[in-house]
Amino acid sequence: MSTAVDINAENNHDDHEHHGPAKGIARWLFTTNHKDIGSMYLWFSFIMFLVGGCMALTIRAELFQPGLQLMEPEFFNQMTTLHGLIMVFGAVMPAFVGLANWMIPMMVGAPDMALPRMNNWSFWILPFAFTLLLSTLFMEGGGPNFGWTFYAPLSTTYAPDTVTFFIFGVHMMGISSIMGAINVIATILNMRAPGMTLMKMPLFVWTWLITAYLLIAVMPVLAGVVTMMLMDIHFGTSFFNAAGGGDPVLFQHVFWFFGHPEVYIMILPAFGAVSQIIPTFSRKKLFGYHSMVYAVASIAFLSFIVWAHHMFTVGLPLFGELFFMYATMLIAVPTGVKVFNWVATMFRGSLTFETPMLFSIAFVILFTIGGFSGLMLAIAPSDFQYHDTYFVVAHFHYVLVPGAIFGIFAAVYYWLPKWVGNMYSETMGKAHFWLSFVGMNLTFFPMHFLGLAGMPRRIPDYALQFADFNSIASVGAFMFGTTQLLFLYLVIHCIRKGEKATDQVWEGAEGLEWTLPSPAPYHSFTTPPEVK
Amino acid sequence: MTQTQNKHGRTISKLILAVVGMFGFGFALVPLYDVFCDLTGINGKTKGRYEASVETQIVDESRTVKIQFITHNNESMPWDFKPTVAEIRVNPGKMTQVDFFARNPTDRRMVAQAVPSLSPSQGVDYFHKTECFCFNQQVLEAKEETLMPLIFVVDKALPKDIKVLTLSYTIFDQSQFDQSGFDKKAFNQNKEDQVIVAGSL
Repeated sequence: MSTAVDINAENNHDDHEHHGPAKGIARWLFTTNHKDIGSMYLWFSFIMFLVGGCMALTIRAELFQPGLQLMEPEFFNQMTTLHGLIMVFGAVMPAFVGLANWMIPMMVGAPDMALPRMNNWSFWILPFAFTLLLSTLFMEGGGPNFGWTFYAPLSTTYAPDTVTFFIFGVHMMGISSIMGAINVIATILNMRAPGMTLMKMPLFVWTWLITAYLLIAVMPVLAGVVTMMLMDIHFGTSFFNAAGGGDPVLFQHVFWFFGHPEVYIMILPAFGAVSQIIPTFSRKKLFGYHSMVYAVASIAFLSFIVWAHHMFTVGLPLFGELFFMYATMLIAVPTGVKVFNWVATMFRGSLTFETPMLFSIAFVILFTIGGFSGLMLAIAPSDFQYHDTYFVVAHFHYVLVPGAIFGIFAAVYYWLPKWVGNMYSETMGKAHFWLSFVGMNLTFFPMHFLGLAGMPRRIPDYALQFADFNSIASVGAFMFGTTQLLFLYLVIHCIRKGEKATDQVWEGAEGLEWTLPSPAPYHSFTTPPEVK
Repeated sequence: MTQTQNKHGRTISKLILAVVGMFGFGFALVPLYDVFCDLTGINGKTKGRYEASVETQIVDESRTVKIQFITHNNESMPWDFKPTVAEIRVNPGKMTQVDFFARNPTDRRMVAQAVPSLSPSQGVDYFHKTECFCFNQQVLEAKEETLMPLIFVVDKALPKDIKVLTLSYTIFDQSQFDQSGFDKKAFNQNKEDQVIVAGSL
């Protein structure tokens, strides 16, 4: 699309879609603009983050003291299940797709995503999918109560009738993610500005390209496994039903074939965002760009051959335990390369500590802690003790909260001035960071001790000796949770009353997105920029 | 513009093909998983019917192996189901019969399927069943009881370090398949062919 055509169209008539946003609700319902869709993804994800967060607080309120205080165990189970499902599929994944929508076209110098109409569709499926999922809470039998990993036969033979809604909800989320991934790949492969070779792409774009391939590879497997559940429940097949010749352990194999790459889907784009932010505030080039790209690719490859480390206790043969143990530990190598490169980028840089940088540094430190507890869990013989305890809960919250979610916060603070044209309040941003940081550690660090001492996960009651650590965790959880309302206020304040941002925004920022005015115009790069 | 659209078209068709392929791969994992267990002999699957040959009839008197029998009822399976002996010592190569007791305490006709599993899994290749009630479904009328035979032989080639083999049976209620108008004969035939698959527990 050349600039000349655009100007022409603007002069001639007004109903052409390239003119600027439509008015009212129609703008959001029918938009094909990557920036509008990106914003919708991000707002949707934030709403889901609050919904899933409320569920987490319900859980923590019940666990504040031993004994059953606030709810029946059945409801507690629904809360743990929906908290997991909503945070994974509703908060983290859509947030990254939102960031991809906003940033990838601007970072590769493209006017929009490759498939704008499909982009609209893949967003608008999500509210329906989650309405379907959440509506089960108000139905007879209650919502899904089998844990976010929905192991058969809990999710088939013993599931509430509403499980069918859950299955269709997961189908819809899967379709949305697959369409999003196709869009990202087509944009990156076909729409880069002239001169931008693959090895000149910003790391956020690289990590998203690899994430998109992971999504293409595993979301269909997730769709397959829920389809098998559907058939077992309604059509008399016996994929997971031992009585009919099936095998419940098969469920775990197929689920984790999806599930393990899924955890990298939730972290790789955060790696990418942090790799943009740390060089900016270190005022240095990223250390080891090539090794970063290869490390991400190796992590993605290894993620396909480690799934059974989630299943050490199902009775794997010794050979299987050893293979999956060593393969899992191998992932620490490329991850170590990445952590080393981030630290080396900061080394002797002229560092400043604006909010995005604070979140990024916390990301590097706390994600590493989560990685180390992952290594402990990877040791097959000791995993028999840690399995299904709070140690596992501590581990995956350390990689997901300060990993994925701090990565998202860092990215939002970093690019928010470019999106809305105003600076956020640095004071409020720092307050948000420190309260989140303290709250998050207060919540999840004691869980390591609880797990090692033997407290099982997914149980609404516990033995008395766990009471102190649990009450500390609950206080931390409410601190972390309420702090996120400050973030909401900060974003609204920034949009309404923030000071005008410059085009460059950050002194040390490099990349095509910073060559655009702030706020980024509704249509950007209608003429591709030249990359040297 | 058309050139970009062509490029998009090619990219998208490849990706959609990959999506469809991976959806199929998810289902292909079901048989692949069985094939893998079969090839590697892991997971304690016992083999199907074993045809005894003269060579295997020679008994190794120099050692004995302890065979333990355990039974489980699957959830909501009301039958009384237990081995008549908890454990026996056998010489490798010696054909042995053990009976299992089953009783249907309910007031209705029931169909059951027992699924075997052997531990340790390294012993699977050396434990041969020439006759087993688990090769077929069992039908018991209301209040009926029966003794079900298992005839087995432990291979002389059993590694010396394996001194105990534990054979576990889980019994499943199959009555729903009996009553819901399945082609019973075809189903049973299928069951016999598939006994290895059923043993994949």
